[in-house]
Amino acid sequence: MQSLSSQLANGPSLFSAEGFVGLIFLITIAVIIIGAFMATTSRRLVRCVAGLAVSFTGVAGIYYFLMSPFVAMMQMLIYVGAVSILIAFAVMLAAPEDHTGSGSRTNVLASPLGAGMAAMVFAALSILGIKTQWQSFPRQGSGDIEQIGYVLLTSHSMVFEAISLVLLIAIIGALVLARKGRS
Amino acid sequence: MAILNLYNFLGTYLVIGALLFGFGVYGLVARKTVIGMLIASEFVLAGSSVNFMAFNRFLAPEPAIGQIFTLFIMAIAAAEAAIAVSIVIAVYRNYKSIDTEDLVDLHG
Repeated sequence: MQSLSSQLANGPSLFSAEGFVGLIFLITIAVIIIGAFMATTSRRLVRCVAGLAVSFTGVAGIYYFLMSPFVAMMQMLIYVGAVSILIAFAVMLAAPEDHTGSGSRTNVLASPLGAGMAAMVFAALSILGIKTQWQSFPRQGSGDIEQIGYVLLTSHSMVFEAISLVLLIAIIGALVLARKGRS
Repeated sequence: MAILNLYNFLGTYLVIGALLFGFGVYGLVARKTVIGMLIASEFVLAGSSVNFMAFNRFLAPEPAIGQIFTLFIMAIAAAEAAIAVSIVIAVYRNYKSIDTEDLVDLHG
């Protein structure tokens, strides 16, 4: 903690290259928070989906800061491109727009209790992550796309096959579930 | 400025992951509709992915493993979203509603 605070004390100036990178990082965090807030508190479901896309764009930026542009690209493709569009289709198919103000809600305590519980979980995990003395290990390998492909097809090949099987079963199951009841 | 150096520390990314997880927990508890809960569960998975990537960047000896783990989490999340959306459509066809208050048959 001593080295961390001393390193934080003499950070880069705003008008240097490192300072500009730090500013972009802060903007990325702001995008994540605004998107997540919009996705979890908005009353219209379409705005929730838009907030999901915005927040996951910020998470892709975080992955880029963590030196893995491949995972950032996959995040943009899968989450922002596929999952958000899928949920948007679900909203269009199964959410009537005039249903937002139902008014028959009995447990009004759900929102404040949920906020309190989420704040406690967030505080506990943050304190745990900051206070722990994490132990680092010497690096072996670079972690670029070539190494990802090599490890994926050699030491993790069975998991790769299993995930393909899971996706196949998910496709068939989704078709069966959505198809049932339609003549 | 000290705050501009935040992106070099593991703790920052762990706090971001905890933040996404907290938003997901709040959404799962407080949302009224099934689709809102599905969106919140995506936030929980994103928080765990950010944690894996942070440990992969700062601590792990083999820096490809965490990225592969995150890719697997993405695949699981995509399968989960597809199944959940088809369940939502089936539920809407039977109950004409996706409000969690309306989906009770036993009225407990």
